[in-house]
Amino acid sequence: MSVTAIHDDHHDHGPTKGFMRWVTTTNHKDIGTLYLVFSLAMFMVGGAMALVIRAELFEPGMQFVDPLFFNSMTTLHALIMVFGAVMPAFAGLANWMIPMMIGSPDMALPRLNNWSFWLLPFAAVMLVSTLFMDGGAAAAGWTLYPPLSLQAGASFPFTIFTIHILGISSIMAAINIIVTILNMRAPGMTLMKMPLFVWTWLITAFLLIAIMPVFAGAVTMLLTDKFFGTSFFNAAGGGDPVLYQHLFWFFGHPEVYVLILPSFGIVSQIIPTFARKPLFGYSSMVYATASIGFLSFVVWAHHQYTVGMPVEGELYFTYATMLIAVPTGVKVFNWMSTMWQGAMTFEAPMLWAIAFVVLFTMGGFTGLMMAISPADLQYHDTYFIVAHFHYVLVSGAVFAIIAAVYYWLPKWTGVMYDERLANLHFWLTTISVNVCFFPQHFLGLAGMPRRIPDYALQFAEFNAWSSVGAFVFGFSQLILCYIVVKSMRGEGEKATDEVWEGASEHGLEWQLPSPAPYHTWEHSPHIH
Amino acid sequence: MKERFERRSNSKVLWPVVLVSIAMFGIGFALVPLYDVFCELTGLNGKVKSEAQAEAGFRVDQARWVTVEFVTTVNGEMPLGFRVETTKLKVHPGEYQTVKFFGTNQSDRTLVGRAIPSIAPGWATQFLKKTECFCFSEQTFEPQKEREMPVRFVIDPALPESVADVTLSYTFFDITEKQQ
Ligand code: HEM
Ligand SMILES: [Cu+2]
Repeated sequence: MSVTAIHDDHHDHGPTKGFMRWVTTTNHKDIGTLYLVFSLAMFMVGGAMALVIRAELFEPGMQFVDPLFFNSMTTLHALIMVFGAVMPAFAGLANWMIPMMIGSPDMALPRLNNWSFWLLPFAAVMLVSTLFMDGGAAAAGWTLYPPLSLQAGASFPFTIFTIHILGISSIMAAINIIVTILNMRAPGMTLMKMPLFVWTWLITAFLLIAIMPVFAGAVTMLLTDKFFGTSFFNAAGGGDPVLYQHLFWFFGHPEVYVLILPSFGIVSQIIPTFARKPLFGYSSMVYATASIGFLSFVVWAHHQYTVGMPVEGELYFTYATMLIAVPTGVKVFNWMSTMWQGAMTFEAPMLWAIAFVVLFTMGGFTGLMMAISPADLQYHDTYFIVAHFHYVLVSGAVFAIIAAVYYWLPKWTGVMYDERLANLHFWLTTISVNVCFFPQHFLGLAGMPRRIPDYALQFAEFNAWSSVGAFVFGFSQLILCYIVVKSMRGEGEKATDEVWEGASEHGLEWQLPSPAPYHTWEHSPHIH
Repeated sequence: MKERFERRSNSKVLWPVVLVSIAMFGIGFALVPLYDVFCELTGLNGKVKSEAQAEAGFRVDQARWVTVEFVTTVNGEMPLGFRVETTKLKVHPGEYQTVKFFGTNQSDRTLVGRAIPSIAPGWATQFLKKTECFCFSEQTFEPQKEREMPVRFVIDPALPESVADVTLSYTFFDITEKQQ
């Protein structure tokens, strides 16, 4: 094995000045910041689209937009939130925190890192620009099922190309994270000593390199079906549209775990800190994460119970899907046991983490209901699904990201955020997210289909509630923006190095100064 | 005491990971034929063999009736009138039957179409055997003319007892433009 020592003659040099710093940077903290700021911007853009949807659905009848534009909004909202907001936020957190947590001076491949970020703004601009093209933006839903998705207008190749770019970006980020974690740990940082955030990201990164290429392949087939006369999904030429669904969900189900595993990691960092106890069942957490990662590859057709599978297939996918609830249950159990008899305090990160555990578990329960194929025949493609995945993605993934921001913001900026405002943000968000999404369970059970701009009168009341919740939720996020901007400008009480009482026992990052200097761990820390 | 950071070469980890990503792109495409093989082996998805099968002498099961229903669909806006002489037929397993389908070209240009069969329930597919079918090849329809298209089939007596109804459906796709 070749061993090279990194030169450390002038380790106190800071960033270059001005705008070019951000374009050319290879520093993991700069790139982490870029990812996080980009993600927040996309969260607002995607959120605005959600408010267009909810405004139209406030009352039955058509009020504001035409059906095609409505469908474009549901499609772009989902694509932007998944690929523009949640995944880049996790990538940003990984960039900032993984090197600091494993005692490494930077990511393993810093220039690749710069590139994988800078692809994103271009992809985002291209995706949003499709709204102004002939025939409107993609409107067949984020799943892009053919033959409907093939009927799009001029925007079609741009949508596909956007997905290619986003895919390449996240594959590169995943590769970088794997190499960093496997190769850059400080001496003594064995795998089973790694913080759970690092573990969950390692497994997520493996999922990403396995599924993003398959998705890229599937959308390439859509492209050649449309423009080059192939018949992968075209029945007239001997293809099969259902094939696309199998390819998509082979990607799609592991993808939903890409969106949740890093959240598991974040919550597993925060709860021990504020319960002032070590994480309960560390190694069972690692094994549970690994088994969730593995199982996620063998359950994909639970999204396709209605395509006409044989009974054996329905049974297999039902049981396999329900099996995932076992390792997930182990995790929830461990979080609760960590809190059990802990000396808990409820600063903002802890509030969000606890809300995560409660609300994510509710999403898991509805998931179990839909896993049962005879029951899912009724739930499928109704608002029940919409309620399910918003509980796991908004009050799951997004809550965890917000928890992480509050948790590490003082370390990044060196100042404490305003706890009272953060509490206000928490309560407004948590109440409104439930007002928004809880009624959607009832709507779905009563038979309201998803992805429709107009609906029957009996659904009016719950939809009105849901829209009110959505607007309160959306505007509450301005508080988050305000808090973040204020901290980034260095306004606020100075944070200690440890930030949270006793935190230095819970991770290497708390042994560094606040704000974390531009270069950290150029000398490896000592790990016991 | 602090140690200087010593770094092992990244490429030992990097290249295997890059190769996995590239391989997965290939596997995505490989799934297409694999999926067909899987459907063929298991008879899932109602995917029907598109070749004729030789006429075999099954023992006719006089005691049992199976209802075969026929569905005709035209995809998109193809100007074709597509119908079948009867929508329902009661047959004994093992007994050969012929049903006539008709296609009428309602336009003033020649149409080329391709019919894609599908059988429900999917797991009955392998037990419905066709010795003659217009779905084996593309069909040409002269302007404003009607054509008769017979289908000869048999239900294999091995069809599980639980299946009493089988639906055979055809969808005609317009491939006129692809032919030119
Ligand atoms: C115990 C765990 C879970 C189970 C058993 C489960 C089960 C299911 C099932 C059966 C469906 C398909 C319903 C249908 O279309 O008829 C579904 C949809 C969905 N799930 Fe889950 N799920 C679980 C956790 C998650 C997590 C953790 C996420 C993401 C963070 C997630 C995100 C989604 C999404 C986005 C959809 C909808 C996809 C679409 O059709 O657009 N689920 N889930
Ligand atoms: Cu799934």
